[in-house]
Amino acid sequence: MTLASLSSTPRVTLIGRLTGLRVSPVVVLSFLVVALAIVWSLAPGLFTSYDPVNGTPAQKLLGPSAAHWFGTDHLGRDLYARVVYGTASSVASALIAVVIGVVAGGTIGLLAGFFGGWVDTVFARLVDVLLAIPKFLLAVIVVTAIGFDTTNAAIATGVSAVALFARVMRSEVIKTRAATFVESSFLLGGSRWHILWRHVLPNASQSVLPLAVLQFGDSILVIASLAFLGYGDPPPASDWGLLISTGKDYLKWPWLVYAPALVTIATVLSVNRISRWLRKTD
Amino acid sequence: MAPQDRLTTFLNRPSSPLLRTEGLSIAYSTHKVVTNVGFELGRGKSLALIGESGSGKSTIARAVLRLLPATGHASGRVEFEGQELLGLAERRFRPFRGRRIGFVPQDPGNSLNPVRTVGAQAMEAAALLDEPDRAVRKALILETFAQVGLDNPQRVYDSYPHQLSGGMLQRVLIGLAVLPRPSLLVADEPTSALDVTIQKRILDLLSKLQEELQISLLLITHDLAIAAERADSIVVLKDGAIQEAGNTAAVFSSPSSSYARKLHGDVPALNPGRYRPLRDPGFRRLGASREKTPKIEVSGVTKSFTVDGKVLTAVNDVSFEVQAGTTHALVGESGSGKTTAIRLLLGLEQPDTGRIAVGGKQVNGRSPEQLRSVWRHLQLVYQNPFTSLDPTWTVEKIVREPLDRFKIGPRQERALAVRKAFADVGLGEHLLSRKPDALSGGQRQRVAIARSLVLKPDVIVLDEPTSALDVSVQADIVEVLLSLQVKLGLTYIFVSHDLALVRQLAHTVSVMQRGRIVEHGTVGEIFDTPHQPYTRALLESIPSGAARFARAQPLQQRQIFNEEKIA
Repeated sequence: MTLASLSSTPRVTLIGRLTGLRVSPVVVLSFLVVALAIVWSLAPGLFTSYDPVNGTPAQKLLGPSAAHWFGTDHLGRDLYARVVYGTASSVASALIAVVIGVVAGGTIGLLAGFFGGWVDTVFARLVDVLLAIPKFLLAVIVVTAIGFDTTNAAIATGVSAVALFARVMRSEVIKTRAATFVESSFLLGGSRWHILWRHVLPNASQSVLPLAVLQFGDSILVIASLAFLGYGDPPPASDWGLLISTGKDYLKWPWLVYAPALVTIATVLSVNRISRWLRKTD
Repeated sequence: MAPQDRLTTFLNRPSSPLLRTEGLSIAYSTHKVVTNVGFELGRGKSLALIGESGSGKSTIARAVLRLLPATGHASGRVEFEGQELLGLAERRFRPFRGRRIGFVPQDPGNSLNPVRTVGAQAMEAAALLDEPDRAVRKALILETFAQVGLDNPQRVYDSYPHQLSGGMLQRVLIGLAVLPRPSLLVADEPTSALDVTIQKRILDLLSKLQEELQISLLLITHDLAIAAERADSIVVLKDGAIQEAGNTAAVFSSPSSSYARKLHGDVPALNPGRYRPLRDPGFRRLGASREKTPKIEVSGVTKSFTVDGKVLTAVNDVSFEVQAGTTHALVGESGSGKTTAIRLLLGLEQPDTGRIAVGGKQVNGRSPEQLRSVWRHLQLVYQNPFTSLDPTWTVEKIVREPLDRFKIGPRQERALAVRKAFADVGLGEHLLSRKPDALSGGQRQRVAIARSLVLKPDVIVLDEPTSALDVSVQADIVEVLLSLQVKLGLTYIFVSHDLALVRQLAHTVSVMQRGRIVEHGTVGEIFDTPHQPYTRALLESIPSGAARFARAQPLQQRQIFNEEKIA
């Protein structure tokens, strides 16, 4: 009796906490998928014993099997190993893109929203210019200008997201600036910078977080598309987009396209689901 | 089916109550909010459900109308004209909602669709009438509008909701609710979003309709004084359970439960002398300091704003003085310029003309940097504690912020000062690490007061500091404020539309109407011998608690003030 009650107490609180957060099974699954992607990118060697670069030509273009989960490609390399090793560059570049977007866009939005007046006008025009150029075209232009590799593709993707973050941040800042607690901090002797950093920024960034997560998924897609078009690292790198791009030349062996595509889709969908959940739970 | 029908006719004899609940319990998913509530409401009678926020009174009203959200589950019995409602299929319940049970919502401003005319929405409600002819339906609508005291029904019919004042919108909504001649009207805090003088007129209207149309009224309110004035019987709720129920006169004159007694004691309108011991020192100071320079001097201040090209004078030639250690109340309806007056006083707006001085120092004409030295001694407590505290900060940080900003004392002293301010407003130290979300409304307002106290100011401006709070919480806050005044000799400017509360705590009063001070004097002078008709109207709007004297007044005797005309 005592034992049972002892062991059941923490479980009840854990379940209670989970129901309190209203985590649906789909969200849990999404977190698992994203966690797997992160672990793949941190320690790919733990998940596969195959070499992603040097294949066995005798085993080229084998279908999915127990030995080669995703099959092998035209050079006899294990496709699963290539996907796992490609994760690091795909995820890391998506992160770079999001960080650039959040920091640059957030700063622009924060300053424009908080100071208003001519500062707002200047930044708003800048953002308008960025918005006027199609996002993907902008990324292509930036990569062409600074050189073809995955990091540059990530930077380009980040630049193309600046306008989005700037706009959301600006509207959030304007909303927060009008809040009573901001005026009260002013009455309590707070300077403009104090209010900007300590009150406006933390409150306004709360709604930027779900957007950043959403943008993370979007960035994976954009970077994959850039890699597909050849704007990323050249082979033998194995970015997900590049794998799909190479795979399309071997359509008789469709797993070469489907396997990396499904991994990309699963990751992006999971990230989107998490973002939606974040927005709801606030 | 047949036996049940027979049962219905049997119960439907005239002597049975119109609405009867029995063992009503309501839960939102697993959280129980109403437990075992039972009451009866007779035909043409009125019943008030009273209680504080969270007591489950609105939930009961929603259960009667079957408007609970999907997570809500009601058990027990709700009988209307002998018919059990809770177990009824939605399709069979629909003839009841609207047609036989009308509903008047709390906030008239949010209850009509802003992009459609009042008439279009009234026609929707009129679909409940079994009247095929559109013209006849429209005529009925206009007739009902006239009946609820709208002067120009056709104009109201053609207006959009934003063109009408809050009082008129509430009349429209009441009109739409009584249009199908229901036998029961459920009114959920029908006046809490309205000004005091309008509140009285709306309540008069409900009482009149109840009498003329023989409608039963289920009134949900937090105000015991209103309930006493308007209802035949009262049900007092706390935490979803009935504390006391019965005939209004009985519950009101000799409450048997301790909760009902406390509620009774906390209503300002019923206890004008409650804080006398705490207030008297201020009166003595007022008497002694007649010759001294006043703490606050406002003379000839005017401020106008330009809105859509029209010049609007929000504050017009306002002058008043406040002696140190006393409370001065600014009263008036919304739009009378009270808030602008205090914003001018704090230096948040600059006056067009006139002079404002606090503690001998001129406030107006200072730059933001120079104002900081004024704010060191002049603080503001906002109306709504739910928006005036940064939700991302802990309470300790919030209270310490002014000390950090003004760089007062070393770190340890600041921490001590925060704890002292916390103790002053009666909050426990275990709350220091919480964020505002984890506090109740009353606790938040105490935090806001602690934050303004921590600088040791001389003057605190209180902008309706209790209007967002329950009466018992209000009583606590007022007590805290008055004992701090006795202890620290603080000077208060108290802005309020609640005259009953002002009568309890103020020493001097200025009555504002349309930007002007129409009357001012000591609290005794204003409340005992008001000279202006406007002041008298305000005073009359205080619910007296005297049982239902308002019934006798005919509706047509309405005095028209600025609120009740088409904007």
